[in-house]
Amino acid sequence: MSRTIAEINEKIRRGQAVVVTAEEIIDVVKQKGITRAAQEVDVVTTGTFGPMCSSGAYLNLGHSTPRIKVGGGTAFLNDVPAYAGFAAVDIFIGATALPDNDPRNKIHPGDFNYGGGHVIEELVAGKDIMLVAVGYGTDCYPRKRIETLINIKDINEATLFDIRNAYQNYNVAVNLSDKTIYTYMGVIKPHLGNANYCSAGQLSPLLNDPYYKTTGIGTRIFLGGGIGYVAWHGTQHNPSVLRGDNGVPRRGGGTLAVIGDLKQMKPEWLRGMSFLGYGVTLMVGIGIPIPVLSEDILRHTAVTDEEIFAPIVDYSEAYPQMKPGILGEVSYAQLKSGKIAVQGKDVPTASLSSYPKAVEIAQTLKNWISKGEFLLTEAVAPLPGVESGITFKPLKERREV
Amino acid sequence: MVISRRVVLHFPRALVDQPVIYRLVKDYNLMFNILKASVTPQEEGLLVLELSGTQENYDKGVQYLAEVGVETQPLSRDMYRNEERCTHCGACITICPTGAFTLEPRTRWVRFLDEKCIVCGLCIKSCPARAMEMAI
Repeated sequence: MSRTIAEINEKIRRGQAVVVTAEEIIDVVKQKGITRAAQEVDVVTTGTFGPMCSSGAYLNLGHSTPRIKVGGGTAFLNDVPAYAGFAAVDIFIGATALPDNDPRNKIHPGDFNYGGGHVIEELVAGKDIMLVAVGYGTDCYPRKRIETLINIKDINEATLFDIRNAYQNYNVAVNLSDKTIYTYMGVIKPHLGNANYCSAGQLSPLLNDPYYKTTGIGTRIFLGGGIGYVAWHGTQHNPSVLRGDNGVPRRGGGTLAVIGDLKQMKPEWLRGMSFLGYGVTLMVGIGIPIPVLSEDILRHTAVTDEEIFAPIVDYSEAYPQMKPGILGEVSYAQLKSGKIAVQGKDVPTASLSSYPKAVEIAQTLKNWISKGEFLLTEAVAPLPGVESGITFKPLKERREV
Repeated sequence: MVISRRVVLHFPRALVDQPVIYRLVKDYNLMFNILKASVTPQEEGLLVLELSGTQENYDKGVQYLAEVGVETQPLSRDMYRNEERCTHCGACITICPTGAFTLEPRTRWVRFLDEKCIVCGLCIKSCPARAMEMAI
């Protein structure tokens, strides 16, 4: 059995494409087997909605009268610093940026009530944002300071550009120490008090396309409630990671850089988040369609939580001190049962990624495709795969050249 | 008939140094279980209690509290979830000491059972979306 993206798109245009979610395909394959399922299903949709720190947005503010060169100066959005090292009025607001006067962890654990992720959420929601920018003044850009409200509908461009999203798999965080720790994996209680994980598992985009067969540069996706594209492989992309017999990474593996027009996204799918004692971030909704071009591709989309394994890592010592070694592996089915066994102890589990929202994303994308509103794209170039030899390197500190 | 109610008591400054709860036990034969207490000298005090006893004694006890100037309100009103902000991730589930958050097994929606909540407030800042709000 084989199929092309052009053929699938023709069926989508006619409203005849058979689209199911990566959750629904599991039962379809159980009932009909791989061969029949691959003949009948054209597209499998995936979804994930989790905190993704390497997210941010480029804004082009438009030129004021007289002109100001914010580039090389400073810019703040609702007191949150934006990066201004570009041309005159292009700035970038990153998800984890904090106001200069935020107390951070001075009194530990800090609250981190507001930051870049919240600015992005409010921008998308159409709220006015206070811009304060300072330039140094030039002959062509004489103005040195501007304070004004801006709104996403008035500025020229607002482009979400996340340099790392949609991690293929992730650690399960536990705490072996005797005090509570406050991490990007949430509040982790002492003596193995809880275990937090962060993946949609069987619905997660890259766990359904473990070898990046259909997801590549230029793939059109659901991003933040609107349409976006895969721009590149994400930072820390690690295709060479340990994999199971089914090809699915057993550690954090591949990642994606994604891009899209922020103006057509929705605040429901781009949420500012506050991690106690850690910082702020942005929760991003991503859904990727997988065209069923072969039985092999379909087999991968039918992966279940029982067949996807994640490493258990101690975040009190091993993670911060870069110590290798894990405390074991668990399947997402075990994680979702509510408790896992670690060092002979029953540990209650919790998720930071929202499974119900991941389902909603996969369903939304399915509806768009079924109604003919969303066509699939051929990747312009593949993501680096296992053959690339790319690995995840630590930083080696040195002083001498 | 024995009843059991969870209530929030607000003590005005003048009453903070008086044995009000002792009177509930001694005069009205009510059992109490302290769920949360916050008493600051020279300021208002706050006590979250589970009170058990006969309906008659419970009503009389609450009337006594009102007479001495302690304001009471039922507990369930105090903690609520902002449904628009909740992403149903589930980070709250292992944080709550009384198991007031549970997962609907099939859909994995997070349910908040306010009858189990003791208004300790641990979930408020542990929730990344800051969806839990207290109205005390």
